[in-house]
Amino acid sequence: MHRFLHRTRIAGLLAVAVLAAGCSFVGARDDGGDTVTLVTHDSFAVDEGVLAAFERRSGLDVEIRRAGDAGALANELVLTKDAPIGDVAFGVDSTFASRTLNQGVFTPYRPRNSGEIPQRYSVDPKHRLTAVDVGNVCVNIDKRWFAEHDVPEPTSLRDLTEPRYRGLFVVPSPVTSSPGLAFLLDTVTAFGEHGWRDYWRGLVANDVRVSAGWQEAYKQDFSGSGGHGDRPIVLSYASSPTAETRPDGTSRTRALLETCYRQVEYAGVLSGARHPEAARRVVDFLLSRRFQEQVPQHMYVYPAVRDVPVPESWSRVAPPPRDPAELDARRVERERQRWVRQWRDLVQG
Amino acid sequence: MTSSLSGSRAYPVTVGVAAVIVLGFLGVFFAWPVVAILGLGLGGGVGDVLADPATWRLVAFTLGQAAASTVVALLAGLPLAYVLARVAMPGKTLLRAMITVPFVLPTIVVGMAFRALLGAEDGNVGAIVLANAFFNVAVVARTVGGLWSHLDRRTEDAARSLGASRMRAFTSVTLPALRPALGAAVAVVFLFCSTSFGIVLVLGGGRYRTLETEIYLRTVRMLDLSGAAALSLLQLAAVVVALVIAAVARRRGERTLRLRQATDTARVPQGGEWGVVVAAGAVLCGLLVPIVALVVRSVSGDDGWTWAGYRALTGTGAGALEVSGVEAALNSLRTAVDATWMSLLLGLLASAVLVSLRRRGSAETMDAALMLPLGVSAVTLGFGYLITLDTLPGQLRTSPLLVPFAQALIATPLIVRMVLPVVRSIDDGLRGAAALLGAGPLRVRWEVDIALSARTVLAAAGFGFVVALGEFGATSFLARPDTITLPVAVARLLARPGELNTQLAYAVCALLMVVTALVVLIVERLRVPTAGEF
Repeated sequence: MHRFLHRTRIAGLLAVAVLAAGCSFVGARDDGGDTVTLVTHDSFAVDEGVLAAFERRSGLDVEIRRAGDAGALANELVLTKDAPIGDVAFGVDSTFASRTLNQGVFTPYRPRNSGEIPQRYSVDPKHRLTAVDVGNVCVNIDKRWFAEHDVPEPTSLRDLTEPRYRGLFVVPSPVTSSPGLAFLLDTVTAFGEHGWRDYWRGLVANDVRVSAGWQEAYKQDFSGSGGHGDRPIVLSYASSPTAETRPDGTSRTRALLETCYRQVEYAGVLSGARHPEAARRVVDFLLSRRFQEQVPQHMYVYPAVRDVPVPESWSRVAPPPRDPAELDARRVERERQRWVRQWRDLVQG
Repeated sequence: MTSSLSGSRAYPVTVGVAAVIVLGFLGVFFAWPVVAILGLGLGGGVGDVLADPATWRLVAFTLGQAAASTVVALLAGLPLAYVLARVAMPGKTLLRAMITVPFVLPTIVVGMAFRALLGAEDGNVGAIVLANAFFNVAVVARTVGGLWSHLDRRTEDAARSLGASRMRAFTSVTLPALRPALGAAVAVVFLFCSTSFGIVLVLGGGRYRTLETEIYLRTVRMLDLSGAAALSLLQLAAVVVALVIAAVARRRGERTLRLRQATDTARVPQGGEWGVVVAAGAVLCGLLVPIVALVVRSVSGDDGWTWAGYRALTGTGAGALEVSGVEAALNSLRTAVDATWMSLLLGLLASAVLVSLRRRGSAETMDAALMLPLGVSAVTLGFGYLITLDTLPGQLRTSPLLVPFAQALIATPLIVRMVLPVVRSIDDGLRGAAALLGAGPLRVRWEVDIALSARTVLAAAGFGFVVALGEFGATSFLARPDTITLPVAVARLLARPGELNTQLAYAVCALLMVVTALVVLIVERLRVPTAGEF
């Protein structure tokens, strides 16, 4: 018994030592200063130097808070609109913008250089949301596979229902995935309210594979990333080929630019923000050239501000689509749930 | 029988304070947020959801896959529990560490491994069941093995010498004695499987859905709070029913046992016992397949083998993370340390209250209340935090401490489940003898209860630590970018294109396995010196 008590004491001392040595968050505290909280999604990434320079110049301490994917972010903002979880939000996309606007999540702010943002990206005449970047969800192909199998590369959405592309396409589900939802909207735009379901019937007949998330589709089933999968056609982004470049500068994959759907990501000052002035400066920062220039490398999207140069490799392997599809945000908000339900009945019923 | 000598008579205040601490924590960090978010959704639409036959198909599938997974986990876990408890062999420490590793792996990674291994690309119920079982074998092996190693072997031997077959001795002597631990394991595994999220999503291909995945989709993607509330209520009801069944099973099983030192009960297997050892070996191989697969994945690149992922561990994956892989490992350890001491404190206080409560009904109600967090969706809790905790002082809603709080909610019931059967099975005669020798009630607790259950408490602390290391749902929701843990880092990395991000994700996963195995090995080292306790 005494040996046991002795051991217990040692264990107790050890526990105190562990806690005291900083292996604990008890006692960890925020440093003071003017903190501004930026609420964003999981895909947000920024060059450390660029953010640090902004913090130095502005005297602000930017705290980043992530809230899941773009859909989760929008819904968290709506849920907490009476006691916002931050001062400024970035990453609400065109699919969910209407919901946040209807619910009064954002307050108007017109940044200095908002004139440099193409009008086609604007979603709100009251300037509660400002476009920061533009992404394109597109069908991607593994070029090597098509060369090796001597099959012509597909170019359009319609091609994917042709027998020669049978069993080659994998797409994340619109029920569980953001790019998957964008692709559903893409097909609604391309084939209309009456035609999209026929198109999907064609995809199903052509043995399309539906995965829950983009990760399984792109990282596991697609043959063009890491070369492990068995499907050479996948739904991803216009920018994905830049992540698959080889040492000689060419990319193993290519985005089919006729199949793209545009998603604009917005930033805005939250209504009821505790630091509204600082929040406005963060929006300015997101539209600054230094931030816009690093958007491609860090978030795989195109800058929204006009004439910001993209990296040389981007113009070569990932040019932006000229005329991507896009649906009116209010229509998306109104119909989204019905389309998803119809898709579910059709494809997974 | 378990409460004939209880602290409540002598020290009602102490027990009362302990109860207030435990229930207070549960109230603030569980009941209040959950009730608040359910309250937002109640009213319109709930009736429609309940009237929809699709809802009931969802309930049936949820319970069915959980029951099947529990059976598989039990069948696979029992041979391992036997080997851990009864077989004298070298390397048992390593074995215990190895079977614990699956428990902490991120579900997205395990899901993808099973998806590839079983060819389950289009959604496969069998793969869901196997993957759920894969995660929970450790729960069965550890919970049951813990009690088994303390059972007096001589009772079985007596039955054998009286002519009972090995099987008969097992079913009529050992199994009844193990019932409290079996009941605990089944309850916990069933709850884990019925709220399994990532596995169902990945291996169900979006086609197979459970209450948990549907609550997530309705809450996070559709903001259909009334639909989510209706489904959450159903989930809660199912959990309560499962807990009541488990409590009834336990009530019939719990009794005073002659607990023995574990080293006394292990020996070299004889005759047919080797069959069980072989079965345990087969289970172990099954557990290793997905683990080996993901280690292989971490070193395979476009053009053959590569260490690029491991070399990148000191970096942030091209800005995908705010911290490096190594820092994420430190975050994991810090968070888990906090969660462990919190859950150990709560778990021991709760166990003390539970053995002291004289009324069986109140003890069981409190016991069930402690288990509820295992059966509630992480996203329900997370959204509940968002709308409630801002009214508390100290910016708790965005504090890094919120992560260990949430993890402690999940670890505490597991600790109670492991400690309580042992404490309850302690012979009251020992307590009486100590009291007779002049020990006060607290001293009795210390010298008898704590001393006899010290091994289990330590094992429970280690398991709580492991639970915290592997927790994903609540952590990914609550962790700030600079305090993300290893499982969250894996998920974030996998969400980005590029071969290097993939390799780094799998390298982070391997790091998580190494950290887990080391923690288990250290805990095992601490356990050995307590051999003189009896």
